[in-house]
This record gives sequence, C-alpha cells and structure tokens, in this order.
Amino acid sequence: MAGETTGAPEAPDVIAQLIEAAPALAGVPYDVARGQVVFFPTREEYLRVAAALKAASFVMCSDLTAVDYLRHLDRPLPPAVAGERFEVVCGLLSIERRQRVRLRVQVPESDPSCATLFYLWPGSEAMEREAYDMFGIRFLEHPDLTRILMPEDWEGHPLRKDYSVGRVPVQFKDAPGPR
Amino acid sequence: MSEETNEQLERAEELGAEIGEPEEFGAEETLEGAQEMATAAETDPVKLAIEQGGVLRLPESSGVELSEVGDSFGEGETMILNLGPQHPSTHGVLRLMLELQGETVLRTKPVIGYLHTGMEKQGEELTYVQGATNVTRMDYLSPLGNELMFALAVEDLLGVEIPPRATWIRMLMAEMNRVGSHVTWAATNGMDLASTTMMIFGFRERDLILSWNEKVTGLRMNTNYIRPGGVAADLPDGWEDDVASIVDTIEARLDDYDELLTGQPIFRERTEGVGVIGPELALALSATGPILRAAGVPWDLRRSMPYLAYDEVDFDVIVGTVGDTFDRYAVRLNEIRESLRIIRQVLEKMPSGDYRVQDKKVTPPPRARIDESMEALIHHFKLYTRGFDVPKGETYVAVESPRGELGCYLVSDGRNKPYRMHVRGPSFVNLQSVPPLLRGGLIADAIAVLSSVDPVLGEVDR
Repeated sequence: MAGETTGAPEAPDVIAQLIEAAPALAGVPYDVARGQVVFFPTREEYLRVAAALKAASFVMCSDLTAVDYLRHLDRPLPPAVAGERFEVVCGLLSIERRQRVRLRVQVPESDPSCATLFYLWPGSEAMEREAYDMFGIRFLEHPDLTRILMPEDWEGHPLRKDYSVGRVPVQFKDAPGPR
Repeated sequence: MSEETNEQLERAEELGAEIGEPEEFGAEETLEGAQEMATAAETDPVKLAIEQGGVLRLPESSGVELSEVGDSFGEGETMILNLGPQHPSTHGVLRLMLELQGETVLRTKPVIGYLHTGMEKQGEELTYVQGATNVTRMDYLSPLGNELMFALAVEDLLGVEIPPRATWIRMLMAEMNRVGSHVTWAATNGMDLASTTMMIFGFRERDLILSWNEKVTGLRMNTNYIRPGGVAADLPDGWEDDVASIVDTIEARLDDYDELLTGQPIFRERTEGVGVIGPELALALSATGPILRAAGVPWDLRRSMPYLAYDEVDFDVIVGTVGDTFDRYAVRLNEIRESLRIIRQVLEKMPSGDYRVQDKKVTPPPRARIDESMEALIHHFKLYTRGFDVPKGETYVAVESPRGELGCYLVSDGRNKPYRMHVRGPSFVNLQSVPPLLRGGLIADAIAVLSSVDPVLGEVDR
C-alpha cells in the first residue's frame, strides 16, 4: 500500500483502498466530504489517473461537466492544488465496487483546454461536447468537438459567469431585425 | 482486459505527454464546425473509423480497420435522410441524420438542442426554494424524480435530515411517477409500432397517475411537490384508498398489455433481435436505466446505492438477456410491476409524523401561524423572497429516474442561489446509444428502436 498522499496527514480507508487498486492515484490530492471521494489531478495527470481508475473497475464515466469559478478563484482546495478559473468535473462509477469517484481538473482561463476521455470512455463524447459548448473548454483530440445544444453559429459560451442572462438581444447572427 | 487496459494506459500517457508540452497550448484549432453529419464519402476516413467503432463512436483500438470502412460505403450509393426535428415518432424535437444504403442504416447522428432553454443557467438565477420549479420542467414525464434529485442534493449540502414520513411520501410519489412514465412510454412505443390500442391504453393509465398527482399536489405535471426539506403538503385524507385502487387497476391492466403486445407475433417479430446492444458497449457509452439493464447489467441505483428508504422495501431489479428492443420493453413492463410492489409496501409501512423538516430556516411556517406570530411572518417573508443560504461545498447526488441515472451536481458558494447546478440527464447520455443501435438495421425498425431508448427531449436539451 502506498502511504504517500497529500492533503490530510492520514489517508482515510477509502482513499487507501483506491490507491491500492489504482497505484497511479498515489500523490494525487484528494478530498472526502460527505462520503464523496474527490481527486484533484493536474491537467497533465488527468488521463493517466482516469486510465488507472478505469483499470481499477471504474467502467463508466457517468458524468462530465465543468464549472466556471470566475467569482471564486480563491475557493478552498487541498493545499497542493492551485485554483484556476475553470474546473472540469468528471464523475466515474464502478459497478463492481459500487462506488463513485469524482475528478476535478483545474483548467486555466488563458488556455481552456483539457484532454478528452473519449478514448477511455466513449460515453463521455456528448458530455464533453456540452462542456465545450457551454464553457468553451476544448477537449484535445475529441473526435467531433462541435456545439451540441446551442446553434452552431452561436457566439459565446452561455454558462460562463461573464455571460449574463439575457445579454444577447438577437438569437442568430443573420436573423433579420425587427421591422 | 489487461492487454486492452495497457494499451489504453499507454495511449493515455502519450496523450498526457502531448498535453504537457506548452507549445501545444493555444494552437489554432478550428473546433467549431457543423453539427450536421456529412456523407461518408465526404468524411475524413480516420474520423469515420472512430465513428464506425461505435456510437457516436468507440475507441479506435476496439473499432474497425480503416480499409474495411472504405469498402463498406459505395460512393454515390448512399443518401442522407433527415428524421425530424418535427416528426411524431421522435418524441419531441430530436433530429436524427441517417445515412442510408437502400433501406439499411449505415450511420446515424443525433442532432439536438432544438429545445434548449438554458435551464442550467436559469438554475443559477433562482433561489433554492424556487429551484424545484425549474428542474421539474426538465424531464416532463418524471417531474417528481427531478424534484427529488434536486431536493436530495440541496439537503446533502444543507446537512438536514428529513423526517421519515417525508422520505416515504417521496418514495411513494417517485414510484407512482415511475409507473406513470413507463405506461406513457408503453403508449408512445405502441403508437410507434402502429398499435393505437396500446396508445389509448397507456394514456388511460397515465391519467390515473396524473389525477393522483393533482389530488396530492394540486398540479398534474411540474408539481413542485418535493422540495428541499420535505414535501409541500401532507397526503390528502383517504389517500390509502386512492393508491390501493390505482395499484389494483394498473396491475390488472398490465395483463391486458401482455395479451395485447407481449405474446403478439407481429409485435415480437418487430422487436426481437432488433437494436441489440451488449453490456460492454452499454457501459462504455454510459447508458443507464432500462437500456443497461436490458443488456444484462443488474444496475439499479435504488438497489446498488440506496437512497430514501429503498433499502427497507422488497423489490427485484429486472434484467434482460439479449439487450434488444423487446428486452427493453419487457424490462419496463416488469418494472411497473415492481414499482407497484413497492407502492403496496409503502402503503403498509407509511410512518406518521411530520412531512417536512421542522427547521424554520428551511421550511416555511404553516399559514395559520403567520397571523399569530411575528417571527413566523418574518420567516415566511424571508423564505419566499431571499430563500435560505446553503453552506459552501459541492456534491453529486444521483437517483434512478425511469430513464436511468439522474444526477445533480450542485456547487454552493454559501449564498441563497446555487453557484452551479448541473443536471446529468439520463436521456441526454442515453442518446449516444442510438447510432450503434440503429447501425445495420432497417430504416423501418429505426422508429421502434429509437422509441425503445425512451428519450425525453426536455431533459436532453434542458
């Protein structure tokens, strides 16, 4: 059992068991709140950690989304994690272990891009497209990174915090104005 | 398993290394593009290979050879057919682009977003008290399930424990709603297979549930009944008789469904062996609910990760074997029976007591108290204007909706509105299973298969 973890001085059992199953998790900052396990891999570690979790029976990517922390850049995070504007949040599910693990990846505003999970879990395809559509986070090597909910000629990414509700008066660029 | 995993690990490290290189950042990539599907002849062969591997697509490694792909599409012999967005059998405004060779479906791409109304953005503008009215409109066939997942997520962050009666009322309403949703599905599915009798039957049964909703909540749909802190009102007097009669009626009518469809040769021929999906593919595509269970994976959140009091009731998780359209029908039909079983147990075990938490900061005071107590008036006013503050934190809560895993990822920054409210809609994710389900099948079966996925477009587009 790898004993080296950051965060709390003593790793809870659930973390120790996960590290035993997926050694790549050792050293990745974590958090356990209300029984939910969260890991904070860096962008570089993200795919490696995800693949290790997949090998450790996390066969489903049940959820993938993003959060824009524009107003909370100083939010509380484990000490080793530097908060960035965006976070890609990915929920993994193990049927065998009946367990969920969440990955929160910091994505900077200057380069909102992140690896795609498509090649591990093809089911993340639509969810990554949605995150791209809503937040403008580019998932590198995603096979079809186009807008999914908004029209393809839409400008801006609606769920960003600097995109206000009702700010856009006309819906389509070439729409004829009111007579 | 191990060899494949190693390959994936290697590939992941490769990709990770590429991302680590700073010059990769900010590279000009025109990622915005057309949502529409081009013909196979016009599509980049690599992309085509990725796509043919699955879905919307499977990994290249487990997909097909590039050369094979080239051969399977004769140039000029295929056509793109648009199904929807305005088509009765798409159950809303779903648009499917199908590439056909004769009557065989080669490729499919769902194009969605026609019903997108920015409900997640809207959710950030509404207080936690108002939030339930927003989420209840997403999956309009299962409003109570949506309210439930939102209420559970808010309560998880608040750290309040709701009284047992509220829990059991929620369970009763959620199961009634599941029955209502599944009979509606049976109705529309019957319609898609040209059985108008089934449509009338299904909507007749659904009306029982809707009338029950009206009696309990005051509204037939979009009830705003399950709220953070409990439920909006106690069950009406004599509810036991109503529930018992609904359960008995529907149970008897399920036998009619069996007679009408299950044993019917035409129905079976149209559904058996059509639109098959295996457990590996279903898991890889994050499919949940009846699609996953029909493929043989016994995964039901009510059983596997119990919430409310599902661990105190007795029910079976219905699992299919083949994963075809018929299995999905059979799973849903028998889930109605299991839900009725749960409802019967709720009838017996319903505890007495409060139907909402007695925390004045979360629960509005009873109407009568407002006339007597200044404090009650203040609480009432505060709750309906500003709402209540929720401690900082983030949580993901999932419930088993009639369509699969319905999750809510809620981020609170300590104020009275969610900082971010993301809903993991099962229909949205399940829609990815449509292309592999349709591939190689006949265009005539496409409608039956699509219907068996049971997408609710309000939830897909949100």
